[in-house]
Amino acid sequence: MTQITQITGTGIPLLLDDIDTDRIIPARFLRCVSFDGIGEHAFEDDRQQDKSHPFNQPQYHEGSILVTGRNFGCGSSREHAPQSLMRWGVKAIIGESFAEIFFGNCTSLGVPCVTAERPALEALASLIKSDPPLEINVDLQAKEVRYADTVVPVDIAASAHEALVSGQWDFLSQLLENKDAIRKTASQLSYMQS
Amino acid sequence: MTTNLFNKVWDQHTVGTLPSGQTQLFIGLHLIHEVTSPQAFEMLRERKLKVMYPERTFATVDHIVPTDNQARPFADGLAEQMMSAIEVNCDEFGITLFDLKDDRQGIVHIVGPEEGLTQPGLTIACGDSHTSTHGAFGAIAFGIGTSQVAYVLATQTLAMNKPQVRRIEVTGKLASGVYAKDVILYIIRQLGVKGGIGYAYEYAGEVFDRMNMEERMTVCNMSIEGGARCGYVNPDETTIEYLRGRPQVPQGDEFDKAADEWRALASGPDATFDDEVRFSADQIEPTVTWGINPAQSVGISENIPPVDEFPADEQTGVKEALEYMSLEAGKPIRGQKIDVAFIGSCTNGRISDLREAARIAEGNKVASGVKAIVVPGSQKILKQAESEGLHEIFQAAGFEWRAAGCSMCLAMNPDKLQGREVSASSSNRNFKGRQGSPTGRTLLMSPAMVTAAAIEGAVTDVREMLSPVSV
Repeated sequence: MTQITQITGTGIPLLLDDIDTDRIIPARFLRCVSFDGIGEHAFEDDRQQDKSHPFNQPQYHEGSILVTGRNFGCGSSREHAPQSLMRWGVKAIIGESFAEIFFGNCTSLGVPCVTAERPALEALASLIKSDPPLEINVDLQAKEVRYADTVVPVDIAASAHEALVSGQWDFLSQLLENKDAIRKTASQLSYMQS
Repeated sequence: MTTNLFNKVWDQHTVGTLPSGQTQLFIGLHLIHEVTSPQAFEMLRERKLKVMYPERTFATVDHIVPTDNQARPFADGLAEQMMSAIEVNCDEFGITLFDLKDDRQGIVHIVGPEEGLTQPGLTIACGDSHTSTHGAFGAIAFGIGTSQVAYVLATQTLAMNKPQVRRIEVTGKLASGVYAKDVILYIIRQLGVKGGIGYAYEYAGEVFDRMNMEERMTVCNMSIEGGARCGYVNPDETTIEYLRGRPQVPQGDEFDKAADEWRALASGPDATFDDEVRFSADQIEPTVTWGINPAQSVGISENIPPVDEFPADEQTGVKEALEYMSLEAGKPIRGQKIDVAFIGSCTNGRISDLREAARIAEGNKVASGVKAIVVPGSQKILKQAESEGLHEIFQAAGFEWRAAGCSMCLAMNPDKLQGREVSASSSNRNFKGRQGSPTGRTLLMSPAMVTAAAIEGAVTDVREMLSPVSV
């Protein structure tokens, strides 16, 4: 699969904490058997209730780098959440921290979630607001985010980093390679004998 | 020094190490439902893959199932489409499906234990974050996304990072009117909604030792609301006696042999942990959420704390929550009027929950203007409740008695809040819009507290209904 090392684009500033996956994609949009078309409903209810929501603002419509706060993606395990963001056009997320299931879902879709310190996120979000066309570069290889003449160190779990930069984030292929080892492990589990 | 249950089970299920450094972990039991599985089966078709161990996956239908009129085709065409998809998928890939015509149908985290599929020492995965429920049996159980559902179908394994283990001990004895739900809401309030990120929680100590399996399931269910993907209780005699004779466990001597293995998995007295915290049961009272995440709660006798008592970096979120809920800091949650009372969900839709709620409802009436519904978590619970006459108690009190499903916990079915309605709910999430109205408001509490609120028409202290107040 594609090696994901550099993502360059403009930003979407959404510096809020504890954004749960029900808010990212309300449950009624999970009534589907395919992820097609789910992108247009990202943050649907938040957008309806808040005209100033960044996903409503035309200056951020081309944005591909989402800047957010703590515990982003908490709650439901629904992959519909990262699927909707990805189909909206989000290619990378920079936040203070991420909920685990959401982080894993994003990684398996090739969407890196990197963490940065709060003051750096605040500075970046505020600059995006004053200069929406600002070009932001997420350098996954170097674990840095660069914009204007600023360099921000970012972090990401070592396993996700390795998988994304080496292009091995299609975990299914890797898991399938070890079928003999899987059978061996299964044969040693007592509940698999009955 | 010995290792804890989590590490023992993890090691037994480790297939190997992947290039990313993650563990390839064998999954002993895979549970699926209609919402997060259709795209996974599609991935299998695209890649021309089969299900590796079809006998290790079980399917049920719960999220989109209407709880009033269940005639097919469903009135909601999208729900009908999802229902047909899981029927076709299970049939084509050889997976057992508990459909609406099967008396084993119900909420996925209720039917697994009920059938004896959930057992100590298993690794369990399901495309649903409340999979942590199954940890009540001493299993390692966690929620996964849809791509991962496809991985488990195709390989019976997942790529996982091993979490650390935090032991949470609660000492002492719970007072009357204080339930498992209050214990987990208290723990989440103390440790925060992200406190568990990177951890599995081991719940230990007198309070959990004394709990029955249904209470332990309530606690483990909400581990994810504290950020922990997985939570468990060590297996003991309570676990073993719950499982004895259930359809999917070994029978006769084989059961006793399995039970010996299960006992041996428990973390010993000298087991080590990455972190340990301790709470005291006498600090826990009936608890109610006032905000938009499950850590934003207070004891029923407390006031909602002033904004400036929260850490500086949480104050924006607290203000947002109070504004959304139309609640004021410094005021009690007691007395807050409610419009809807919901008893059910994978957190609190089991028979002991319904018995306790019925005990409080008996001889009382739901306050006028309150819509109150009781939704059993499975068809078997429904039948059991009816055999005990609980449905008649509820109906006489003015509650609606429904068929099994997820109902108003997440409102992917016709059961939804309207507009700004306030719901007293025995479910697990008070997120903005969670119960189906984008502006609806949810107050989480125990089923007993929901029943009390339904009768009073407002949040109240259930302890005063259980026994006369002595001063």
